[in-house]
Amino acid sequence: MTLSPAARWALRAAMALGLTFIYVPLLLVLVNSFNGDRTFAWPPHDLTTRWWAAAWASDGARQALLTSVQAALGATATALLLGTLVAFAVHRFAFFGRDTLSLLIVLPIALPGIVTGIALDSAWRSVMGELGIGKGLLSVVVGHATFCVVTVYNNVLARLRRTGTSLEEASADLGAGPWQTFRYVTFPLIRSALLAGGLLAFALSFDEIIVTTFTAGPGLTTLPLWIFTNLFRPNQAPVVNVVAAVLILLSVLPVWVAQRFGSPTQDANITD
Amino acid sequence: MITEIRYNRPMTVELSGLRKTFGAVTAVDGIDLRIGDGEFFSMLGPSGSGKTTVLRLIAGFELPTAGTVALDGRDVTRLAPFERDVNTVFQDYALFPHLSVQENVEYGLKVRKVAKRERRERAREALAKVRLEGFGARKPSAMSGGQRQRVALARALVNRPKVLLLDEPLGALDRKLREQMQVELKAIQRDAGITFVFVTHDQDEALTMSDRVAVFDGGRIVQVGTPESVYERPASAFVADFVGSSNVFSGETARTLFRKEGTFSVRPEKIAITDEPAAAPGTVAEVIYAGPVTRYVVDLDAGARVVVVEQNSRTPRALAGLRGQRVRLGWHEEHVIPLPSGKDSAHAS
Repeated sequence: MTLSPAARWALRAAMALGLTFIYVPLLLVLVNSFNGDRTFAWPPHDLTTRWWAAAWASDGARQALLTSVQAALGATATALLLGTLVAFAVHRFAFFGRDTLSLLIVLPIALPGIVTGIALDSAWRSVMGELGIGKGLLSVVVGHATFCVVTVYNNVLARLRRTGTSLEEASADLGAGPWQTFRYVTFPLIRSALLAGGLLAFALSFDEIIVTTFTAGPGLTTLPLWIFTNLFRPNQAPVVNVVAAVLILLSVLPVWVAQRFGSPTQDANITD
Repeated sequence: MITEIRYNRPMTVELSGLRKTFGAVTAVDGIDLRIGDGEFFSMLGPSGSGKTTVLRLIAGFELPTAGTVALDGRDVTRLAPFERDVNTVFQDYALFPHLSVQENVEYGLKVRKVAKRERRERAREALAKVRLEGFGARKPSAMSGGQRQRVALARALVNRPKVLLLDEPLGALDRKLREQMQVELKAIQRDAGITFVFVTHDQDEALTMSDRVAVFDGGRIVQVGTPESVYERPASAFVADFVGSSNVFSGETARTLFRKEGTFSVRPEKIAITDEPAAAPGTVAEVIYAGPVTRYVVDLDAGARVVVVEQNSRTPRALAGLRGQRVRLGWHEEHVIPLPSGKDSAHAS
C-alpha cells in the first residue's frame, strides 16, 4: 500500500503518541524507584538505591514476592499439563462437543476477572470449605490456572495443527513405540510452543490482582495485592515504586522471551 | 508368463477381502492381492480410487473394516505400524524438521537400539546409495525437494525392510528430476532385492518401473498384470482410457468398422493413416504437433472421433495442410481389443 508523505507522518506521530502514552508512565515508575526524593520531585535531584535496599529488607514485600512466584509457578505447571492434554484431545480426536469444549477452555480469558473471582470465591467456600480446605495458595493457583490454561492450549493447538500427524506416523513406521515417538518427535516439536505458552501463563498469573483478591483469603498476599494495600501509605510509597518496578520487569521478561520463541522465524524451522 | 512365475515365489504381501470405510464412504471395497518377494508392484488409479488407503492399511496407519493383511505369511492385521517389518516413503516425505539428515536416517536404527557405531556406518551407506554423501549435517529445510525425497528413501532403506511402501514419492518433483528418480528407484530396488509397493496416479511411471501393475477404480482393483498386458489388453474401458489413451468404439460404429457386436478399444499409435482402399474413410479435424509425435484427430464417416498418433521419424507431412482433408485409417485386427461393455463391469484379479 502506498501512502502520501503527509499521511505517513501523521500515522507515525499517532504511533509515537500511543507508545509514549503506554510506556512513559512505566518508565517513570522505574526511574522513580531510584529517585532520592521521598516525594518523587521531578526531575530527580539525586539517584539512590536506598529504596531498593529498603524493599529488599521489607519482610512483607519479600514474602509477597515469594507468594507470587509460587502462585505463578503453580498456575503455569497446571496450565502446561491441562492445556497440553486438552490441545491433544481436540486435535487428535473427533468427539461429541469438541467445538464447545474448545470454546469453554478459551472463554475464561475473556470473562471479567471480577465475575471469575466472585464465582470462585463462593464455589470455594461452599465446596472446598465444607471439606475443610480454606482459601490460600491452592485457591489462588486454581483461580489463575482457569485463564492460564488458555495460553498453553492456544499455543500447543496451533503448533499441532501446523505440524500435523504425518511426522508421528513416520516415527511409528520407522519402528518407534508411542513413548519413543513422544520423546523424540512430538515433544521436541511442541517444546517451543510449551515454552511460549508457559511464559505467557507465568506473566499473566504474576501480575493478576482481581481474581487473586477473591481467592487469596486472609493472610495470603501476592505482590500486586501488597502494592495495592500499601499504595495509600505515604511512607511506603518509595518501596511500592520499587516493587512495581520489579513487577514490571518480571512480567515483561517472560513475554519478551515467549515472543522470541513463538516467532515465525523459529516456526519456519518446525514446519518446513 | 511373468505373472505365472511371480505366483510361484513366496508372497511378502497378501491382502484378503480388504475393506475400509470412513463413515458413509467406502474407500476400499474388497481387495484381494498377492505381491511376490522382490517384486516392484505399482498401484495405479485416479485420486480417490483407494490406492493410498490400501498402502496405509499395509503400513498399519489404518485398521481395515474387514479382511486381513499378511506380511511374509504372518497375519499383521491388528499390529501397530512399529510392529510391522515395512517402511514407508511418504508423499510429503515427513522428514523430522528438528533433526539433521544424518539423524533422520539413523532414526529407525536408534529406536531399535542399534549400537551407535553401526548406526553411523549404515546411515552413511544409505546416504551414499542415494548419492547424498556429505549432506548428513544439514537440516531437511536446507535441502531441495529432490534431495529431501532421497533422504526419505535413505531413511526407509537403512532399516532393510522386507517391503518398502512408496506413496506417490515422485509427485512433488519436476518432470526431469522425476524421470531421473524413476530410473534410480528401479536400480535401487533391483540391487536391494526389496519388495516395492508403489502408489501413483501417473500411468507412465507405473508402466516404466513396475513388474506388475494393479489398476484401481472406486476402491476396487479392476485389472492386475504386467505393464504390457495392462496396456495391450485392457480389461475394461476404464483401464483402456486411464492407462494410456484409447479410442473406444461401440454400437453402430463398431458394427460398421469391425463387423462385430460389442465395445472395442484401439490405441492411437496402433492406427495408421494409409492409402489402402479398404481402410475407414474420415476427415482430419485437428493436427497437433508434439515434438516426437504428431496427433491427428479424425472424424470417421462411420461416426466416431478418433485420435491417431504418428511418430515423426520421417520428414513431417505438410501438417497444417492436412486439416480438413480426407484420409483413410487402417489398423491390424489383433490391435482391436474387445472390452466388456459398460464402464466398470470388468473385474479381474
